[in-house]
Amino acid sequence: MLHNLSIGELAEQLASRRISSVELTRHFLARIERLNPALNALITLTAKEALADAAAADRRLAGGEVAPLLGIPLIHKDIFCTDGVRTSCGSRMLDNFVAPYDATVVARLKAAGAVMLGKANMDEFAMGSSNETSYYGPVKNPWDTAKVPGGSSGGSAAATAARLAPYATGTDTGGSIRQPAALTGVTGVKPTYGRVSRFGMVAFASSLDQAGVFARTAADAATVLKAIAGFDPLDSTSVDTPVPDYPSMLAAPLKGLKIGLLREFFDGLEARNAALIHEALKIYTSLGASTVEVSLPHLPLSVPTYYVVAPAECSSNLSRFDGVRFGYRCDQPKDLADLYKRSRGEGFGPEVKRRIMTGTYVLSAGYFDAYYLKAQKVRRLITDDFRAAFLKVDLLIGPTTPTPAFDIGAKIADPVTMYLNDIYTIGANLAGLPGLSMPCGFIDGLPMGLQLIGPHFSEGKLLNAAHQFQRLTEWHQHAPRGYE
Amino acid sequence: MADWEVVIGLEIHAQLATRSKIFSGSATAYGAPPNSQASLVDLAYPGVLPVLNAEAVRMAVKFGLAIGATIAPRSIFARKNYFYPDLPKGYQISQYEHPVVSRGSLSVMLDDGMQKTVGVTRAHLEEDAGKSLHEGLANASGIDLNRAGTPLLEIVSEPDMRSAKEAVAYMKKIHTLVRYLEICDGNMQEGSFRCDANVSVRPRGQEKFGTRAEIKNLNSFRFVEKAIHYEVARQVELIESGGKVVQETRLYDSDKDETRSMRSKEEANDYRYFPDPDLLPVEIDERFIAAVRTTLPELPDEKAARFARDLGLSVYDAGVLCASRELGNYFEAVLAELSAPHAAHAKLAANWVMGELSSALNRDNVEITASRVSPAALSGLLARIVDATISGKIAKDVFEAMWSEGKAADDIIEAEGLRQITDSGAIEGVIDAVIAANPKQLADFRAGKDKLFGFFVGQVMKATGGKANPAQLNDLLKAKLGGTAQETGS
Repeated sequence: MLHNLSIGELAEQLASRRISSVELTRHFLARIERLNPALNALITLTAKEALADAAAADRRLAGGEVAPLLGIPLIHKDIFCTDGVRTSCGSRMLDNFVAPYDATVVARLKAAGAVMLGKANMDEFAMGSSNETSYYGPVKNPWDTAKVPGGSSGGSAAATAARLAPYATGTDTGGSIRQPAALTGVTGVKPTYGRVSRFGMVAFASSLDQAGVFARTAADAATVLKAIAGFDPLDSTSVDTPVPDYPSMLAAPLKGLKIGLLREFFDGLEARNAALIHEALKIYTSLGASTVEVSLPHLPLSVPTYYVVAPAECSSNLSRFDGVRFGYRCDQPKDLADLYKRSRGEGFGPEVKRRIMTGTYVLSAGYFDAYYLKAQKVRRLITDDFRAAFLKVDLLIGPTTPTPAFDIGAKIADPVTMYLNDIYTIGANLAGLPGLSMPCGFIDGLPMGLQLIGPHFSEGKLLNAAHQFQRLTEWHQHAPRGYE
Repeated sequence: MADWEVVIGLEIHAQLATRSKIFSGSATAYGAPPNSQASLVDLAYPGVLPVLNAEAVRMAVKFGLAIGATIAPRSIFARKNYFYPDLPKGYQISQYEHPVVSRGSLSVMLDDGMQKTVGVTRAHLEEDAGKSLHEGLANASGIDLNRAGTPLLEIVSEPDMRSAKEAVAYMKKIHTLVRYLEICDGNMQEGSFRCDANVSVRPRGQEKFGTRAEIKNLNSFRFVEKAIHYEVARQVELIESGGKVVQETRLYDSDKDETRSMRSKEEANDYRYFPDPDLLPVEIDERFIAAVRTTLPELPDEKAARFARDLGLSVYDAGVLCASRELGNYFEAVLAELSAPHAAHAKLAANWVMGELSSALNRDNVEITASRVSPAALSGLLARIVDATISGKIAKDVFEAMWSEGKAADDIIEAEGLRQITDSGAIEGVIDAVIAANPKQLADFRAGKDKLFGFFVGQVMKATGGKANPAQLNDLLKAKLGGTAQETGS
């Protein structure tokens, strides 16, 4: 079936004219129409634009153009601005917002001939770990629709797992790509901070946000990452360093690879989860890699550090949503203060408000030193811990999440429990490191993720290691029942 | 008031003369239709990011070098968070703990000719806000974001000024400097150059500063002076009547000539400053600084010193001529056209530039760069004074004709027949006629009424249409009258 083909296979079919981009696009649009109502993975469907883009891609293909993503459909997380298409960010605040420009990620994929099918559901302003904070309702996990898909990029993950598109974009501020990738059984890559432009991505926490990709295989992710990565003069924090040819790095042998096992990740790890990781490590040792235990003593402080830094930045980033120039505006404001209070009070959901309040608090006079400044210092210590570890090992391997997907509604009332869900992923964001999650087995019929973290700009090595694992395993090939 | 000492510090906002905004590519031109110069970045659309305009940094460094300040090798942009409709992001990008320029100073000349050094604590880069418009809108406010994101250099002085006059002298000096450096057009009506004044009073002799009030947004030198005067009187009166000055922000109302409370310290915003994660620290190395240094022009103090030293001008005249770069340039251009040696003519040229030319410019409200009499034309006129073709007095009439008709001095002198009479015989003839016509005055003069000498000069000048060479006339008249010598003006 078309929807089970890899990006490479689809590109081949398109290049050889066995299928057209329009046919491929119709195939996925039909799947979305049939399967999405049960998943709620999409906020906006752009069928008409997609078919027009597909027709344009077909003309380029007919002209003999060969390009890895030309004519292949995708779904964008609804945090990326898309010219002329609603960009809601999962919020009532932006329910009426039609972006007047393309994010750099969107523009690069457009230029590559990619065909956008629609915009994926997400936690409101990317704040959440279960996709339950979306104004558009929770996304269901295709493996069990009573379960969450993870978040914040839950729609992108669920859509990729359900084969509603060959790949999807996402963003990862504290685990928002890797955690949902793990909980839905797909491969998710969070690149190094600065590797992919943030321009046109609605900001949550600017020093942590990073765009990335969901795909079913590391090889597919490598192709997409190559297309979106690279310096962007419109983003001062994007890094001007050449983008390697990730696909050509996949085949490198892993002999001599030194894998670090984080003591802090394995302390107290649930036995079945630990067993899956150890099984995965056997594959790596069979490929000639060695393992060594390393410790990041400050890593246990990741979650509290993150929940100071991220809300601080978000409280400022979200100030622009004031009901004045775009987005939600309350009815009949009495005066300026009323306009602000009601537009923001009615436009934002509870989790967003919680974080704005937390962030405002930690930045305020008298608390700044104790919270924000202290958190920045701890962040530095965590970064130093990672740096020291990477002097000894090539990459770190561990679990992506403590548990498989949980029930919708199980944690939403208890923010701290929800926050602890990101305990294994947040460290990489604080240190700006690339991370990857890929399927490594099942617990209670639900997929689990194996997480790889590498030094800055080691995406090629992470994809290489993931690809070699996927050559010898078939966890990534499992499709949820009903979506095969 | 003798018991009270006034303490003033100024925060001057100079709009930097970059072509585009500090964090976006929008133009910065003044007076465009509302919101026609506001890009998505200026409008703070979701997802957009700031990119620093390197030209703004270059200008800030240029200023720092001109006041002998420290240029920070690493300065940081921070967010100043507050809600206001003309602040689209809900925060202003500014520099807080780590400004690009710190610890400079400049020398200010006071009315009594004394020099005073005023410390500059810091100068930092920031973006301007937009404008709220209320006129002509019923129950609504308009917002024009053309100005949002315009680069500002905020120049913060030490509390070194001790009177409103000193504050104005300092502000004028900064105004002169930024225009010399060509980093700000200095246009105060358009808001390109404005200041906040921190004012306090303390009993003379007391070391501790009094509680200060900050007067916001003063956009003329006169308002600065008047606002400080009012504020000082208010504070002294308050203290002397048993009250206490509270730390607050005040607004100056120029119509009523008073300051009014805007908000007190308790009501002040908590700006929640933190480093802007969208911008990298600004790294400035020695090479960059050296490159900027080569672009520094001759600074006003250097130029004034040169005028005094090489041209023999008084310190006061040199200071006046250097108060604006354009005026100094004009003066030097006039001098360059005159034949050597310059020094001999410098005083003449200075007097004309500061006198006739400046009053004509003021009268008709013309910028010196648009003067109707060019430096070459003025030196053409001065050359005729130097070679005694016309007298200084006639020259003033010629200048007026040049100003209104735009003709060259020589053409006017020729056409109007204004050339001086230097033929001794001709002057003698007129003198003889005048003496013959005024026998009584002659008798009185010879009887000792010396001041009648002036009468005879006047009569001769009248008869010659003012064209007799004054020095020659003086000598010849003295000889003819045979009386005691008397000076006449030229």
